[in-house]
Amino acid sequence: MISKKEVKHIAKLARLSLNKREILKMQQELSKILDYIEKLRKVDVSGVKPAPYSIQVENIMRNDEVKTVDPTIKKKILEQAPETKDGFVKVKSIIDKPWS
Amino acid sequence: MELTDLTISEIHNRLKKKEFSAKELCKAYLDRIEKEDKKIFSFLTVTKKLALSQAEKIDNLIAKREKLPILAGVPAAIKDIILVKDVRCTAGSKILENYTAIYDATVIKKLKTQGVVILGKTNLDEFAMGSSTENSAFFKTKNPHDLSRVPGGSSGGSAAAVAANLCTFALGTDTGGSIRQPASFCGIVGLKPTYGAVSRYGLIAFASSLDQIGPITKTVEDAKIVFDVIKGRDEMDSTSIGGGYDKGLGSPYRQVSKGYVTDKRYRNRLRNRQTLNNLRFGVPKEYFIEGMDPEVEEIIKEAIKKFETLGAKIEEISLPHTEYALPCYYIIAPSEASANLARYDAIRYGELKTQNSKVKTLIDYYFKIRGEGFGEEVRRRIMLGTYALSAGYYEAYYKRALKVRTLVKQDFEKAFQKVDLILTPVSPTPAFKLGERVLDPLKMYLSDIFTVPVNLAGLPAISIPAGKVKNKLPVGLQIIGQAFREEEIFKVASLFEEANL
Repeated sequence: MISKKEVKHIAKLARLSLNKREILKMQQELSKILDYIEKLRKVDVSGVKPAPYSIQVENIMRNDEVKTVDPTIKKKILEQAPETKDGFVKVKSIIDKPWS
Repeated sequence: MELTDLTISEIHNRLKKKEFSAKELCKAYLDRIEKEDKKIFSFLTVTKKLALSQAEKIDNLIAKREKLPILAGVPAAIKDIILVKDVRCTAGSKILENYTAIYDATVIKKLKTQGVVILGKTNLDEFAMGSSTENSAFFKTKNPHDLSRVPGGSSGGSAAAVAANLCTFALGTDTGGSIRQPASFCGIVGLKPTYGAVSRYGLIAFASSLDQIGPITKTVEDAKIVFDVIKGRDEMDSTSIGGGYDKGLGSPYRQVSKGYVTDKRYRNRLRNRQTLNNLRFGVPKEYFIEGMDPEVEEIIKEAIKKFETLGAKIEEISLPHTEYALPCYYIIAPSEASANLARYDAIRYGELKTQNSKVKTLIDYYFKIRGEGFGEEVRRRIMLGTYALSAGYYEAYYKRALKVRTLVKQDFEKAFQKVDLILTPVSPTPAFKLGERVLDPLKMYLSDIFTVPVNLAGLPAISIPAGKVKNKLPVGLQIIGQAFREEEIFKVASLFEEANL
């Protein structure tokens, strides 16, 4: 069974706020699902290679070039952002107490 | 016969003969959506203006006697996780409630080039995570065969819309069964193509090593027509593959596949090949489990017998790692999802209506937005994936799951040395009641037990109607093929479809 402390830790890593009731519920549900997943321990996987993909995929690199964007598209992109300033997307302060 | 009952090739032929205009057809569907979707709730957004303007363009082509592509004027619905330029795309989530797509997904570009009329965007489980469409942040879609039941999921809106004649065909996505299971529950056809067959550029990602876009249609022929349009290599998706199809990769029925545009010839060719002689079908013994609905089992066994009467050779096969496929999937899919969904921070897009101005720092903003913006199932899967990938658990969970995936894949490879295709049920039960499984996530997961292995192995598979439980609830048969051999699946599925009429 996964502990409440672990649930809180995972929620923090995943950047999800959970209230007390949600933590308890998550603990119960995750425990049940993880019990089911435990089944995998019964499989002998010695010498088996992992398959991150079902087919063989190759990494394809593109050139790192600056491309110009149609200004109407730029406008549309910026319109989706909650906060913008001078044609940039605005982000909340990263440090707790701004130095202003 | 109503206009909204027609299949793609029927529409194509009748538009050419000017029996009706593309606009009349489009309006017939829009009217039907307005009347019927009050009961079904399959559309999240109806794109009336876009649809009418696209239909008008087709009517101009017809007036100028220009050659019509096969999908010209055909009204379609799109799962609301695939981007259509300048149309809202929610992924069924509050976090994207106000998001408008700024470009077309590659599949949409291809459909538009063909002259498809886009009627709107269909409901789904949030970020395609679910098996009943009840996880949509907006409303619950109903099964057209019984309004007290779910349409399946996650492409439940697309499947319900096709089954209720609210569109001619729809696009869905399938990560663990999300096209095939709702197609089975709604009594229609759904194809999950080979991994890499269809570009995913412009698809909102759930689990990138598993996701595929595919057609949901009324007939096998329609599924083939749509698949042929959307498949192929796309430089915007590095996992997409084109070459295999051009070369046919040894599909024995390639010659039959050509010429479907002239519908009659296609049908005649099929008719000339009336048996499945010399084709070997495997039936995996692990797919007939305890707890399976006895009527579903009966219908599937009858369907298998029908294949035998059509000349097929049926063999029992074993896919020994079947019982490990679902737990394997529930590590891999949430792990990939937890990484894919890390991008939703409501900074570049995705403002919430309830946004709190009291939040000052970036980290608090993340917690708040993601805590409020994601629904329960999405949060559960992000948590599960984050756990499986976290320090100390990575080897025990994620890495082990990837190894089990290899074994699941090898099961299929071994089976395909003996047989050409595999027949299985799509789901252990017909459509269940709304609300019946929402409180028990694990029980919900089990409805994908027969579809998930196919995604892990990257294979193509179709769900086609096989019969009905209590003469009411549809049950689908799954035909699994070898990678890149969709053609063969279409061929045998068509023969079964004709024999099962």
